[in-house]
Amino acid sequence: MSQHTIQVNVNGALQKAEVPARLLLVHFLRENLRLTGTHIGCDTTHCGACTVLLDGVPVKSCTVLAVQADGREVMTVEGLERDGKLDPIQEGFYQEHGLQCGYCTPGMMMTGYALLKANAKPSEEDIRKAISGNLCRCTGYVNIVKSVQHAASAIAAAK
Amino acid sequence: MATTTPKTSPEVGGMGHSVKRKEDPRLIRGKGNYVDDVQLPGMLHMDIVRSPYAHAKIKKISTEKAMKVPGVLAVITGETLAQFKLHWMPTLMSDTQMVLPTDRVMYQAQEVAAVVATDRYAAADGVDAVEVEYEPLPVVVDPFKALEPGAPVLRTDKPGKTDNRIFHWEVGDRAGTDAALKASDVVVKEQIYIPRIHVASIETCGCVADFNKINGKLTVYMTTQAPHAIRTVFALVAGHVGLSEEKIRIISPDIGGGFGGKVPVYPGYVIAVAASVVIGKPVKWIEDRMENLQADSFARDYHISAELAAKKDGTITALKIKTVADHGYADAAANPSKFPAGLFSICTGSYDLKNAFAEVDGVYTNKPPGGIAYRCSFRVTEAVHAIERMVDVLAQELKMDPAQLRMKNFIPKDKFPYKSALGWEYDSGDYPAALKKAMDIVGYDALRKEQAEKRKKGELMGIGISSFTEIVGAGPSKHFDILGIKMFDSCELRVHPTGKATARFGTKSQGQGHETTYAQIIAEELGIPAAHVEVEEGDTDTAPYGLGTYASRSTPTAGAAGAIAARKVRDKAKKIAAYLLEVGEDDLVWEPGKFSVKGAPQKSKTIQDIAFAAYTNHPQGMEAGLEAVDYYDPPNLTFPFGSYICVVDIDRGTGEVKVRRFVAVDDCGNIINPMIVDGQIHGGLTMGLAPALYEEITYDEQGNVQGGSFIDYLVPTAMETPKWETDKTVTPSPHHPFGAKGVGESATVGAPPAIANAVVDALSHLGVRHIDIPITPEKVWNILKEKDAAL
Repeated sequence: MSQHTIQVNVNGALQKAEVPARLLLVHFLRENLRLTGTHIGCDTTHCGACTVLLDGVPVKSCTVLAVQADGREVMTVEGLERDGKLDPIQEGFYQEHGLQCGYCTPGMMMTGYALLKANAKPSEEDIRKAISGNLCRCTGYVNIVKSVQHAASAIAAAK
Repeated sequence: MATTTPKTSPEVGGMGHSVKRKEDPRLIRGKGNYVDDVQLPGMLHMDIVRSPYAHAKIKKISTEKAMKVPGVLAVITGETLAQFKLHWMPTLMSDTQMVLPTDRVMYQAQEVAAVVATDRYAAADGVDAVEVEYEPLPVVVDPFKALEPGAPVLRTDKPGKTDNRIFHWEVGDRAGTDAALKASDVVVKEQIYIPRIHVASIETCGCVADFNKINGKLTVYMTTQAPHAIRTVFALVAGHVGLSEEKIRIISPDIGGGFGGKVPVYPGYVIAVAASVVIGKPVKWIEDRMENLQADSFARDYHISAELAAKKDGTITALKIKTVADHGYADAAANPSKFPAGLFSICTGSYDLKNAFAEVDGVYTNKPPGGIAYRCSFRVTEAVHAIERMVDVLAQELKMDPAQLRMKNFIPKDKFPYKSALGWEYDSGDYPAALKKAMDIVGYDALRKEQAEKRKKGELMGIGISSFTEIVGAGPSKHFDILGIKMFDSCELRVHPTGKATARFGTKSQGQGHETTYAQIIAEELGIPAAHVEVEEGDTDTAPYGLGTYASRSTPTAGAAGAIAARKVRDKAKKIAAYLLEVGEDDLVWEPGKFSVKGAPQKSKTIQDIAFAAYTNHPQGMEAGLEAVDYYDPPNLTFPFGSYICVVDIDRGTGEVKVRRFVAVDDCGNIINPMIVDGQIHGGLTMGLAPALYEEITYDEQGNVQGGSFIDYLVPTAMETPKWETDKTVTPSPHHPFGAKGVGESATVGAPPAIANAVVDALSHLGVRHIDIPITPEKVWNILKEKDAAL
């Protein structure tokens, strides 16, 4: 198994590591960096529990190799809160009861965060489409949609 | 939504307040602690070799190549475990199942061997390198064929076993029901199959087993809904190798969804424990999604034959049901022990009928062990689907409106408590009110008109009703136990000197929000703000013994224990208040948070004053402290109910069913936290939609699982899931300490027949009377083609 030196900017901090070629990004984040907020829920890129942003774009980190993140920026759920202040998407999930067991929540929030960067005023349909790659077994999605809407309103109000 | 005015202020946050969840601050920061997040020094990883065959002899297992894989430390087989007599274990139904096989595999994906290695990648490499020689045996997939004379007997491990029947169970008056069927004007009969499905919580199952060789203590972090029961099972199963109950600590950390799938003891847990004991290091086992879907316990798989009889005017007179239950190769249900078919005898539903009989035969097949719940209280979903489908079939036969037929046959409000024909005493209900409310919200009459107009234009639209009654909160100790352990639940409440409290419970939340709702119960009873009540559960070293969270039992049992423990604390607080205020106890009045003197309200002591005095200035002769424990044995079960109305449109070009609207009116008695109740209903409805339209696990003739990954097993996404419309009626339970009934599963139980009834209603004018779930586009398309109605 070939080893590779990678440098990844994770949540604003440069991480340098020697990793085997086959190491998945999700395992690099969870086990090498101990950023365990990113979860694993399937083996087939369907559930989205492992969603992180790679150069700002949501990816399922169970289907990205750590070496593919070399020289790039990764943002995880741990990177949402800044200076002790929750990101609006986190606040939205808290206020609107957008989570129950919390397992899909980090991936769901990362997808919602990326959506709001690209589309500040998403319709309900836009939101449902955006999160259709993230499965939730607890909430029935109703309050997740409301959470993203809550965040969108908060961001708009702050501008 | 119906609300009752809360008795406490929002700052106290007792019952009826939508208090924001205490769980959320850690979970939205990615700081939860799920099993796979547990990392211990020196921890090893375990992975499992699984059978490609559904039934085969194991001729040889070669581990040499696997042991040469870098990082692999051990390969564990059935022979290894047999040395310790740990290769078989009991199921919760007192059946037996293999931990690892010594000679035979009984289903595809069964555990065959386990590899322990320094990291998860090496363990997976090791699994690939284990060589197993199999000799395929005849496979029995169909439970009806399994019951035929001459079918291969699967459980040859059981001495004297000559067939594949697990149990025969029956309830009710067979002769009386047969006579009533004969005497009725109309009898409708239908075969209803409720397929195998899987809870598929987004977190799979797993554990970290950590055996300390020096002090002999075993700590297991595991995905379990019932940590105390699991500890006892471990002590019973492995007592002979030195694991003693006081030396076993089960920690159920944050759980990423359970829904019944995390009640059983899976072989992986036991192998990881054995590996840790033998190797002396922590061992982590986390199953992947395909293992989870293919090998963990399944739900449903009920083949129901139902007959419903009525008079010409629509008065229902009798119900008779015969069911074949496919349990796979072991009965691994998690039912109370006296109920092999769970609470299926709730199948008379919301209707006042005099004669009923039900029988269920449990059958072994070459499939994974099954029979657990899928977010439901022990087979209630199967029962509700049967009766709610049959009522619609009857309505169709009688050419009566299904709402009208239900209204005519509902148990009247003034007949509660109501003794059902199959022996249950329903605690309370107002079924017409719930259905009327749902009909008003959805605009039932207007929808029927729209449907008639659409039919003229050839468009397919259907309206489906389900008026379900659940039976939850197991259960009274007289009848309810699991492996002999009575199904009480518990709370240990400690009020600290500064008036803050810690409350520990025997249950374990998997997303239901117990840290919040239990705190609200204490707040309601004592007036201590919910923000000042720390709730703990899931650690057997600290929490009082309880049977865990499933079957919507947390609020009916542990929640009740919380209220009673708080009342015990209040009784003591009253004595202290009387002492402090220098009056008799009878001179005191309680309002949430304080005792004051009758007629002199300015003379009062808050619960915080009293708590401080309990440790600093308590009456001579009284024990110090302000604590109580309660083990609550419910006097009866609770019977939540509701009426759901679903409106569907069907695409004649593709057969696709689109849920246009879904109105859910639920009645779960008094509500602790309206926000959380709504969330539970939303999620439950989605897990009702799933089996109605999408989810099913099937097997081919060789026992190969079809749909063992998320590629084929269609968990609904936000795109398929409709925007649920919810409302409430409130009919308190008369026997529960604060009138609650439990709510986590109502919607999963009630939703599937509403959807199925809507689809059949859309096609009823074409002569369609029943469609088995999941109602896929393919099924509908074939019906449309057959009826010459496809575009």
